[in-house]
Amino acid sequence: MKKGVAITGMGIVSAIGNSVEENLEALLTSKSGLGISKHIQTHHKNAIKVGEVTFTNTEIAKKLNLPKDNNYTRTALLGCLAAKEAILNARIESISEYKTGFISATTVGGMDMTENYWKQFATNPEVQKFIPSHHAGDSTEKIATFIGITDYVTTISTACSSAANAIMLGARLIKAGKLDRVVVGGTDALSKFTINGFKSLMILSESNCTPFDANRSGLNLGEAAAYLVLESDEVVAAQNKSVLAYVSGYGNANDAFHQTASSKTGDGAYLAMKKSLEIAGLQPSDVDYVNAHGTATQNNDLSESVALQRIFNEKSPSFSSTKAFTGHTLAAAGAVEAVFSVLALHENSIFANLGFKMAMPETGLVPVTQLQKIELKHVLSNSFGFGGNCSSLIFSEA
Amino acid sequence: MDALKQELKENIIEQLNLEEFTVEDIDNDDALFGDGLGLDSIDALELIVMLDKDYGIKLTDPEKSKEIFQSINVLAAYITEHRTK
Amino acid sequence: MKTCYIHSVVSISAQNSFSENDTISEIQEHSGSKIPAVHPTYRDFIPLSQLRRMSPAVKMGVAASKKALEKANINKPYAIITGSGLGCIADTETFLNTLIENEEQFLTPTAFIQSTHNTVAGQIALGLKCKGYNTTYAHGSVSFESALVDAQLQVEAGEANNILVGGVDELGTEFVDYVHIVEQKQKQPIQVPLSEGATFCVLSSERKEGIVAVLKAVEIQSKTAPENIVTEMHDFLKRNKVDSSEIDAIILGNNGDAFDAYYQHIEKLFPKTDFLQYKKYVGEFFTTSAFAFWMGAQLIEGKTLPKQFFSRKAESKSYKTVLLYNQFKGSQHSFVLLTRC
Repeated sequence: MKKGVAITGMGIVSAIGNSVEENLEALLTSKSGLGISKHIQTHHKNAIKVGEVTFTNTEIAKKLNLPKDNNYTRTALLGCLAAKEAILNARIESISEYKTGFISATTVGGMDMTENYWKQFATNPEVQKFIPSHHAGDSTEKIATFIGITDYVTTISTACSSAANAIMLGARLIKAGKLDRVVVGGTDALSKFTINGFKSLMILSESNCTPFDANRSGLNLGEAAAYLVLESDEVVAAQNKSVLAYVSGYGNANDAFHQTASSKTGDGAYLAMKKSLEIAGLQPSDVDYVNAHGTATQNNDLSESVALQRIFNEKSPSFSSTKAFTGHTLAAAGAVEAVFSVLALHENSIFANLGFKMAMPETGLVPVTQLQKIELKHVLSNSFGFGGNCSSLIFSEA
Repeated sequence: MDALKQELKENIIEQLNLEEFTVEDIDNDDALFGDGLGLDSIDALELIVMLDKDYGIKLTDPEKSKEIFQSINVLAAYITEHRTK
Repeated sequence: MKTCYIHSVVSISAQNSFSENDTISEIQEHSGSKIPAVHPTYRDFIPLSQLRRMSPAVKMGVAASKKALEKANINKPYAIITGSGLGCIADTETFLNTLIENEEQFLTPTAFIQSTHNTVAGQIALGLKCKGYNTTYAHGSVSFESALVDAQLQVEAGEANNILVGGVDELGTEFVDYVHIVEQKQKQPIQVPLSEGATFCVLSSERKEGIVAVLKAVEIQSKTAPENIVTEMHDFLKRNKVDSSEIDAIILGNNGDAFDAYYQHIEKLFPKTDFLQYKKYVGEFFTTSAFAFWMGAQLIEGKTLPKQFFSRKAESKSYKTVLLYNQFKGSQHSFVLLTRC
């Protein structure tokens, strides 16, 4: 087994809390954050449940001391909150002391503002400040500037696997000695664009989602931002840092089956998990818990279940999806669930797969449905997306 | 019924961007999915919206829609029976 | 550490760069605020049944990737890595407009699922049945360079052989005009048209016949002051053990706006080196710097570039080392170093 890259700090804002502590509290008490949207003016408002962050944009801007005429999108605002907590949590006093990078993930970038002002962009000078904040890189640049990172800064956008790829790239850059320290994760705000997109695919659930259940009826969307601080062994040693956990394995593969649907054989998921085990130098039997992608769509959950059975030779370790807590937070999901995986290791706890009643007949797989206290050494986390993008990460105890 | 079939063919070609097909290429009994026209699951979702928008027919289960979208004949018969506009 | 060879580079741009012999024989002058790419006949590259849903970005990406792989004599790459600043903006516009105009009713999913940044890389993987590493960078003007950094890391570490890397952005129909409106309000706005294009290459650790060039180094940096850019460049060269006297040509991303000051600092330093610019002819967009990568490869391969690209040129010279530098609005700086193998 290889040790991996040290995680020395985390930050998160999601539907179940505005800090790591609040998120942990909700996970330990099995309290879902899904509900009716308060912030989004969509026609489907009362027909769907979403995982929304409680703060309004104005509240966040105030917390961040931003000027009134700022052009921060909600995606950037959420990201700044979570990244700030991660930096504090890692006890970083001087960013420039080490070569530090920032890798953020987002799917629709500044869409939350774009969709509100789209028809006014041509004529209303007051809203034109949100034109340059539309593209995916804008929120990343703003968060980097906010936390003071000026060196290597980039954005990954591979749909719902984005943040997992950001964490993977960060770990690789540290391993290769290209960076000493890197803040990695993702941010996505809820938008009418994604709500209607998933609705048009007929995979949006009207009630709280029930991952891996035989009668699952689709996903709930959520919004969140989450970041991890990764540091090289040299930095950890020099600063006598306490390590929360290690990123020990990572794998990225493409299902190459369909633009949006996963294959029946779960090839992409299988290959991603297989690679992550190889990088970590672990056997499938070493994995104690899988934080599944488990969006609760018919297609994903079946395909992922098949892939789990393939990789673990029918003896799947304990697994659960935390999507019924937060909703599917798209690009942020991989980072949200990375934070949850580290918390699981810390607390020696498997968080509940809420809403599950009956195993799907095709596989008979039963997730962990109530909080379970058990010693955990290695946690595998899955994130899959449109375009066949599949990524898996392995987190190991410090 | 024949007018409806003609209309369906025109709409399908236009909606689904089937540039290589003309109305004459589509036989009333041709399979729309798989080997025939080669439509896929995304096209099925497009057709579900078309039924809702043009004929006031609401389908909620994409799986069941496959039976209705077998061919132009089957589709036209279903629309005739269930249309609300 | 393994060497990162460039096995092929092709480019679809507002110039006829995607020609039969992959060179530009004659410069087309452009006017206006936006110019489309010279689009090839996509039916020659993509089956009609697949073409029907593809936006220009996907078409450009798939066609360019096919040609890049063909030239490198590769059927299936180990990995596919793309960069796209705005992603599939045309389908984003389509879905957004339908959403607003239909008041969230009667929405079909096609434009939505094709609107993501990773559509191009996903469609290429799907077409090739390529199940390897696949990722997409969407970070403004370093989207393509971020993809290069990732690919080079894998090639040099021996993790992967044969990686398909590309940068692609499409013009779209509406957002580009909004960008133009904002730009025109600047004190010194961008002086070149907005445009689109796709540049794809195959990077490999394998040394074989017909190698185009070596990707010696690529680095990105988010922020730096204009007066520090020279130091940054020297540090970059030093880290990669290249003396500034070895550089035969520098390709700069001047677009006529106030931030051209960065380029002027560098120009002053090299009184004898050839300088090239390109945005006047292929436009500005988030992955336009990938076109400079194509130009650099052309120089090293000994192909002739139209004289209009040269802002300073010495007599008949061979190019062994070419430096690329680009930035956007004082951010997203990138240095790329290409050498002869």
